[in-house]
Amino acid sequence: MQNLSPHFPALIIIVPLIAALLISAAGWLNRRFCFPLAALGLFTSLLVSVGLLSSVLVKDVILYRLGGWPAPWGILYRIDRLNGLVLVVIFFVAFLNLIANKRTVEESFPEQLGGFYALYVLFVTGLSGMVATGDAFNLYVLLEISSLTGYALIGIGHERAPLAGLNYLFVGTIGASLYLLGIGFLYLMTGSLNMTDIGSLLPGLYNNPVVVLAFLLCMTGLFIKMALFPLHAWLPNAYSFSPAASIGVIAPLTTKVMIYVMIRITFDVFTPEFSFKMMHLGQVMVWLSVAAIIMGSLFALAQTRLKRMLTYVIIAEVGYMVGGFWLGNRMAVTGAVLHILNDAVMTLCIFLAAGAVIYQICGDDFEDFKGLFRKMPISMAAFTVAALSLIGVPPTCGFFSKWYLISGGIAAGHYGFVVALLFSSLVNAVLFFRIIEIGYFEPFPEGGHGEHHSPPAMEIREAPAGMLVCLLLAAVSLIVLGLYTGDIVTRIIDLAIPPAI
Amino acid sequence: MGVELFTDIASQYNYLGVVILMMIGLYAMIAKNNLVKKIIGMNIFQTAIILFYVSTGAKRGATIPIIQHGHNGHGHEVIHAAEYINPLPHVLMLTAIVVSVATLGVALALAIKVYHQYGTLEEDEIRGRLRE
Repeated sequence: MQNLSPHFPALIIIVPLIAALLISAAGWLNRRFCFPLAALGLFTSLLVSVGLLSSVLVKDVILYRLGGWPAPWGILYRIDRLNGLVLVVIFFVAFLNLIANKRTVEESFPEQLGGFYALYVLFVTGLSGMVATGDAFNLYVLLEISSLTGYALIGIGHERAPLAGLNYLFVGTIGASLYLLGIGFLYLMTGSLNMTDIGSLLPGLYNNPVVVLAFLLCMTGLFIKMALFPLHAWLPNAYSFSPAASIGVIAPLTTKVMIYVMIRITFDVFTPEFSFKMMHLGQVMVWLSVAAIIMGSLFALAQTRLKRMLTYVIIAEVGYMVGGFWLGNRMAVTGAVLHILNDAVMTLCIFLAAGAVIYQICGDDFEDFKGLFRKMPISMAAFTVAALSLIGVPPTCGFFSKWYLISGGIAAGHYGFVVALLFSSLVNAVLFFRIIEIGYFEPFPEGGHGEHHSPPAMEIREAPAGMLVCLLLAAVSLIVLGLYTGDIVTRIIDLAIPPAI
Repeated sequence: MGVELFTDIASQYNYLGVVILMMIGLYAMIAKNNLVKKIIGMNIFQTAIILFYVSTGAKRGATIPIIQHGHNGHGHEVIHAAEYINPLPHVLMLTAIVVSVATLGVALALAIKVYHQYGTLEEDEIRGRLRE
């Protein structure tokens, strides 16, 4: 058997793509094969992405020409340290969430297993393709693959999910279309779609209004997709009404991958010089993210249900990364990239913990958490770790990325951003300690949870083993990521950021 | 190369048409009350961008991008790019059309689910039902 490693950049897309086809076939023939196929596909891709990251650490950049066509004409897949890291995160999160939610999927969609798992794996395919590709138009196609499957994954849920999914679809389509229009202008100006090729052709044209317009259109499209305040309105409904298995992969990954794409476009298609200095956007963007952080935190405070509260925390977290990135100094950009990684795992962990609790007590009102530390000690311990990380307590990884972001803010002299970050940490502390306090100190109500159709008190116990193992893995990886922050920054992120910054 | 292509397009009324179509679509998505009308608006919005790409490939006095007399041994003559329209935007839009059809499909499927749940496609009636 020949060595497949030169083909890793293609395999990372092709394996889950074929898995998705097989899964939907299995959905017709024998539904028992759907889950193993999905798990196998995502696990293979996880291994491949780890292989890619380790070879990128040695080789700097891996270029892969799809179909053997040379660069500006054919589609080029380009793996460097930045997207090698993001790829590993994508498959890690997707695989853990898939295993954890095996039972909730089987119980919610017994008839639609093939469809659900095929959508799930296609969604991950789209995301990883967006990250791996070096072609601006290919990125649009993969963006739409992940978006369309995302709408379906949300809309497949019950109650208000279809309506929320439809509204998300309207807004998401506008965002993707604006990106497509921006790429169209870039193509008009340069005649190329390859990101590095456009990047080398553009510098002479930076004063051209069409190029400026293209930049603004691409960015606006991406801001809509990443739910940056004030373009965030679609997110809370879409995320809080969707099924647990969908939200566990959509919430950690969608916004983070969009932020990765923003970084890729501003660095590779345009230059940091153009994006940060010539456009005079830095201040505007940082203040917008300050607004995102503060408004996200305030809205989160106003919620009484856990899932909905978490959606506003996500909006605040988007502000962290966008703001850190547009501060434009090395420290803050490092923090933003590190936070992509950390926030994906934190969000995974908190949504898995929330999913385990909701699965057991059938509700996510804060009142439902009474006495849960006694009944579900392991899930609640993992919940606490994720909460500490979101607050930013060492040695969890959330502390370190926040540290870099705050140092970057101070280095840039942007104290508004620093204050917003500290304010959001305080609010997160209030948000999560409120729940932890209810869970730890208040006794479990004798008669069950009254208005909900939840099982009586005696029957509430720990979540199923599969869920717990994944939850614990996610919680442990939060601490491991925190402890190895130094290595991740010096060996990967520092070398991934262009030296010009 | 790209700049020349840009200046070649002397009359730019196509961009005006595209912008008008985009605004019609956007207006329908924002202002219409019926979900299917919103979906139609979304489709108009996407189609406007497809037309934008297609119109950028056009050149005055140029023909379809098939090399003339290429098959009987004269294929090595110099080919002038100005004599042929640019096929690449059209090829890209084949993909974009597939994407927009798929989006339309997902949107209509969700609209059917919404209709089964609430018995209506009017947004204000759905909102009223949610408040009950």
